[in-house]
Amino acid sequence: MGWHNKKINGQQHPSPLLYLLSLGLVLLLWQGALLALEDSARRFILPTIAEVVTRFLKLLGDGSLVRHTGITLLEMGLGLALGTGTALVLGYAVAHSRFLAHLLEPIIVTSQAMPIVALAPLLAIWFGPGLVSKVLVCALIVFFPILVNVSSGLNHIDTGFQQVFRLLEATRWQRFRWLEVPATLPAFLTGLRVGGTSAAMGAVVGEFVASSAGLGYLVKQGQNLYDTPLMFVAILTLTLLALATYGALGLIERQVLKWRCIGKT
Amino acid sequence: MMTSSEVLLEIENLYTAFIEPEGTLEALENVSFKVFQGEFICLIGPSGCGKSTLLRTLAGLLPPSKGEVRLRSTPIKGPERAAGLVFQQPMLLPWRTVAENIALPLELRGQSPAERQQRVAELLEMVGLTGFETSYPQLLSGGMAQRAAIARALAQNPEVLLLDEPFGSLDALTRERMAAALLELWQQLRRTVVMVTHSVEEAALLADRVVVLSSRPGRIIHIIPVRLARPRDPNLLLDPSLQSVVRELRQALKQGESPDNGRKPSPKT
Repeated sequence: MGWHNKKINGQQHPSPLLYLLSLGLVLLLWQGALLALEDSARRFILPTIAEVVTRFLKLLGDGSLVRHTGITLLEMGLGLALGTGTALVLGYAVAHSRFLAHLLEPIIVTSQAMPIVALAPLLAIWFGPGLVSKVLVCALIVFFPILVNVSSGLNHIDTGFQQVFRLLEATRWQRFRWLEVPATLPAFLTGLRVGGTSAAMGAVVGEFVASSAGLGYLVKQGQNLYDTPLMFVAILTLTLLALATYGALGLIERQVLKWRCIGKT
Repeated sequence: MMTSSEVLLEIENLYTAFIEPEGTLEALENVSFKVFQGEFICLIGPSGCGKSTLLRTLAGLLPPSKGEVRLRSTPIKGPERAAGLVFQQPMLLPWRTVAENIALPLELRGQSPAERQQRVAELLEMVGLTGFETSYPQLLSGGMAQRAAIARALAQNPEVLLLDEPFGSLDALTRERMAAALLELWQQLRRTVVMVTHSVEEAALLADRVVVLSSRPGRIIHIIPVRLARPRDPNLLLDPSLQSVVRELRQALKQGESPDNGRKPSPKT
């Protein structure tokens, strides 16, 4: 007996035509800005659509876009994994031990109050300009929303359910596997979606500070060379990356939480 | 109407108090009675008299402050698998289908899927939910969800079924139907039942004996036997013989209402 494949009455999605329309609107604004700048000396600050597309194809063709994207993705992925893992362990500990909650709360809250972006240069000094410092920035950004969601999810499991499991003499492991995990899954996935989307930001910040590759590095390099088409390509790729992460996590959420949609329409 | 005179549960000098910031709250005082094998017992009493506390103590969820509860002469020391408890809310896990919810106790005991499937089918049939095995609890009506909860409690094959106002959150009509269904189920299973209810009619219809508790701290004022022939059916609700039991129960309840509720009245009341 697995999750049941009942037909879900999901929300109605807006027509794809609408997406095209909003894209058209953005391109229109872009074109308008180009017209306004046409005779100005500052013409170079905004590339034309054609310039961006050409640059994109060129970078794609010589493999450099793929390489830089791959590096940023790796940083994001490792950061997400590290941040999520730590948040899950600490979230469980904080929810189950008053002592640990009191001990760790100030540290956790302070770590969040501290702007993580400001930590990035320090991490670069400590861990060098390589992969590690970026992974750590990502992990720090991802960590908090997941921790908060998981520990509050665990704390809000209905006491009635707890009693059902106590009465059935469930072991600690059984309670974890059959009650705590499924009951906390929705909150965890919400935290993951928030954290996962901001992982791209962490990677870019890390790359700004010190790096020799990655999409953030490309943006930085574009700035140094006044190469706006390059910056556009890198920024758009980053946006796509974040959107894809958000979409993928949303998809996972819907798959795993089918039961949540039932009876809610 | 006891089918056997063997004692299943023995409650002896039970005293339960809760330590609260405002002082000690005495919930139960000097409660002693016996439950016989196969018997249907109803607990009634004013709200807040400790009926649920008593039931939780029987389930082993709440240790008594003083006194003892014994199941087949063995003191209950912790959560008791031999007791199946059903709450006022069905407490079905929303991420599991009806069948998966009912199978939970079996799964936790490590039964194989094949064994489980067989047993779950039986239980679904018993509570009249065949055909709903793959539905999620959110889609069930209140009465159906409570039937599923009863089936889950029965899955572990408990020696005693403890029902804590199981129909308390249902509308009157559903409630009556559920009482009828429970009556039929009990007559078929002959399982020992201890049920908390605030409906005297329900108690009169279902019970062999009704334990009437006073207001807080809960003490037993009466144990009233219901001498109505079995098998009974819901039509009995209109019968004068049942009406006279109801009158008796109401009178007993009135006796138990004392102004002293076991705690100093709070300012707002």
